[in-house]
Amino acid sequence: MIAEIGQFVLILALVLAGVQATLPLWGAARGHSALMVLADRTAIGQAAALLIAFAALTHGFVTSDFSLTVVFQNSHSLKPMLYKVSGVWGNHEGSMLLWVLVLALFSAAVALFGRNLPPSLKARVLAVQAMIGVGFLAFIIFTSNPFARLSPAPLDGTGLNPLLQDPGLAFHPPLLYLGYVGFSMAFSFAVAALIEGRVDAAWARWVRPWTLAAWTFLTAGIALGSWWAYYELGWGGWWFWDPVENASFMPWLFGTALLHSAIVVEKRDALKSWTILLAILTFSMSLLGTFLVRSGVLTSVHAFATDPERGIFILAILALTIGIALTLFAIRAPGMKGGGLFAPVSREGALIANNMLLTVAAGTVLLGTLYPLILEAVSGGTAKVSVGPPFFNATFGPIMVPLVIMMAIGPLLAWKRGTLKTAAHKLIPAAIAAILAITVTFILVPDGPGLAPLAMGLAAWLAAGTIAEWAGRIKLFAIPVPESWRRLKGLPRATSGMTLAHLGLAIMIVGITGSSAWRTELITTLVPGESAQGAGHTVTLSAITQGRGPNYNYERASLLITDKGREITTLTTERRFFPIAGQTTTEAGIYTTILSDLYGVIGERGRTPDTSNAWTVRFFVNPLVPWIWLGAMVMVFGGSLSLTDRRHRVGAPRRAATPGAASQPNPAAAE
Amino acid sequence: MHRLIVILPVALFAGLIGVMVALLTDSERNSDLSRLPSPLIGKPAPAFDLPAVAESVPGGFSTRDLKGQVSVVNVFASWCVPCLAEHPMISQLAGQGVAVYGINHRDKPDAATNWLGRHGNPYIAVGADLDARASLDWGVTGVPETFIIDANGVIAYKHVGPVTKDVLNKKILPKLREAEGG
Repeated sequence: MIAEIGQFVLILALVLAGVQATLPLWGAARGHSALMVLADRTAIGQAAALLIAFAALTHGFVTSDFSLTVVFQNSHSLKPMLYKVSGVWGNHEGSMLLWVLVLALFSAAVALFGRNLPPSLKARVLAVQAMIGVGFLAFIIFTSNPFARLSPAPLDGTGLNPLLQDPGLAFHPPLLYLGYVGFSMAFSFAVAALIEGRVDAAWARWVRPWTLAAWTFLTAGIALGSWWAYYELGWGGWWFWDPVENASFMPWLFGTALLHSAIVVEKRDALKSWTILLAILTFSMSLLGTFLVRSGVLTSVHAFATDPERGIFILAILALTIGIALTLFAIRAPGMKGGGLFAPVSREGALIANNMLLTVAAGTVLLGTLYPLILEAVSGGTAKVSVGPPFFNATFGPIMVPLVIMMAIGPLLAWKRGTLKTAAHKLIPAAIAAILAITVTFILVPDGPGLAPLAMGLAAWLAAGTIAEWAGRIKLFAIPVPESWRRLKGLPRATSGMTLAHLGLAIMIVGITGSSAWRTELITTLVPGESAQGAGHTVTLSAITQGRGPNYNYERASLLITDKGREITTLTTERRFFPIAGQTTTEAGIYTTILSDLYGVIGERGRTPDTSNAWTVRFFVNPLVPWIWLGAMVMVFGGSLSLTDRRHRVGAPRRAATPGAASQPNPAAAE
Repeated sequence: MHRLIVILPVALFAGLIGVMVALLTDSERNSDLSRLPSPLIGKPAPAFDLPAVAESVPGGFSTRDLKGQVSVVNVFASWCVPCLAEHPMISQLAGQGVAVYGINHRDKPDAATNWLGRHGNPYIAVGADLDARASLDWGVTGVPETFIIDANGVIAYKHVGPVTKDVLNKKILPKLREAEGG
């Protein structure tokens, strides 16, 4: 019964989305305010309907209602409650429902909080948002119905993919979707602006908080995903350039570029058509990611059960959405004239460089991800290649180097016309820090890869440059400390957010460098009680125990780690076998210090009679790896802090306001 | 010039959509559940020697049994619902006189015996692979999987997933004839 309610409200949501996609657009064109206001009501109604549908599906999972096909295929009565709930989005149908729910929630948020938006723009934004909704709701209802019943109902389910039975992954998809789908707001704003034929500073101010929110969620989602891959997949790595990882990384790169170019539109009324294009591209990457993961075009560990019919459907949505938006762009963009002029050496210039580098980086990832597909299509299926980490490491890294160098310089340049001389003067501490970092790294690890000290220097350059810029804003030590404190408190949160996000990246670079340059490993087979030397430590397999979890059997190993006779820790690692799914997963044992992770994984038991009492043991020392997630956390915190900036809440100055009307209350805050 | 640049995104995108349509509509590509061909095809069946599941069930069998005639090896388990779905197809094969062997994958002997008792035992012999060691050598990634072995004991074909009526008629039977002819 509850599932039928879910089915009903799902169809209701489609009808509401259909109304919202058409009538308000008509109203905006004709100036009918009643039709424009209708969009608010339908947006809220749609979100409510989808919340009920989602609750109904959750009810099915929680109560283990195996008469529902998705529940039968993805759940099991023995599964712990947390994973029954996360099972709702751990499958194709449920995750699509979550997708449209997030889309509708964003629309409802615009309807509720976008009071100061001009009515016609708001109506158009919501209409575009609803068009996407119509596409995906139809997709769900016609090809991926989560409420399809099974008759007769089976006695028990077949279980969730055991790899997904993990707390880190339980919350990874919702975060990721809040990011992915959140970029639909920027897209809808861009298309609405193209329809209106008008982009101005006020528009950029409305777009930025939505983009920032989506970016923050996506950053958190990607970081959580890579952390999960790190401790669960048992390979000791944290990023594999897997097509599905790339699918989430491309919108992130474009979204980052969009965040920065929107600043230029807002402050300087320039880069308009470029920003519009970026907004379209960012969400296009989200759609492309959804398509790649679900159509079966790609083979990946993440790929959902595939079905060509579904692929064609999503492809049609993708082609229509992006195709129409880009065509509209081609028609309207030439008419958009930017206002602000600026010299190449200026804040604008630096942000353009940032945009170019980020776009090239995103393009590289896109090319690497799609190249195997394009080649296969062009060659008629005869040529199959896979593009792996060597390609991405060779191309992506070199693009990041100038970007990171620019990141320290850009914020120091003035708008319109900056001078390199002033910036260079302020960058002396950063240069000193970089040289110091290179030297210290080289002395500490003289035999590591030659590029590693340079990468550490880069991180130090960015961190010191960012801190120097921040110190300059509050005139630290140039004026009495209480005075600086007062300035610090007056600093806009958006500015502090930027400082934190840039610092977060510096921290992350340290982690990436450490883990990729100085990782050491020991792979061996051990009989319980036996020891082996390697990776600077002695590893003893002290005990193997076997037991039962809620829906799996495990072999649990205790690895005693000592360094020159001194006991450091005992790592507990498990190999879990899920009989229902017939799959095995590993749980790594990790001992974290701020400087490194000791990472141990137990592998298979020997198969021949004389090795049947021996287990494969892998032990890694991953230097500085925790810094990667620490950096991501700092970035997320920076994004969140920036979101709470009062300027976002107070809203933008009204359109056609005089340019001076938006002046900042605090002169120190003039970015 | 500016006009041409703004058209570029649409043009590139149209090309990309073309590629995707070509990939999705390529029926050959989509017809195979496991798109990556098994490296075992064309290789001799791996060496194994599996015991019987229980006294009441005929078995077990080893690599040697697979030589001398074309045979089908079906990996199944009593806990696997798709295995039950394909059971009539496997029985039909056995009914046509094909030598069908079963590898009982990660199962409990009692459960497997009951299952075969309840639904019928189409297998000439069943080998118990309780810890899935043999399945691993066969490159089995999940149950059910079905292999065709030619008279020389070489793996001629592998099917991942349940054998449906369609799969039986369009894949398994033609491949069997091919293996018998060659």
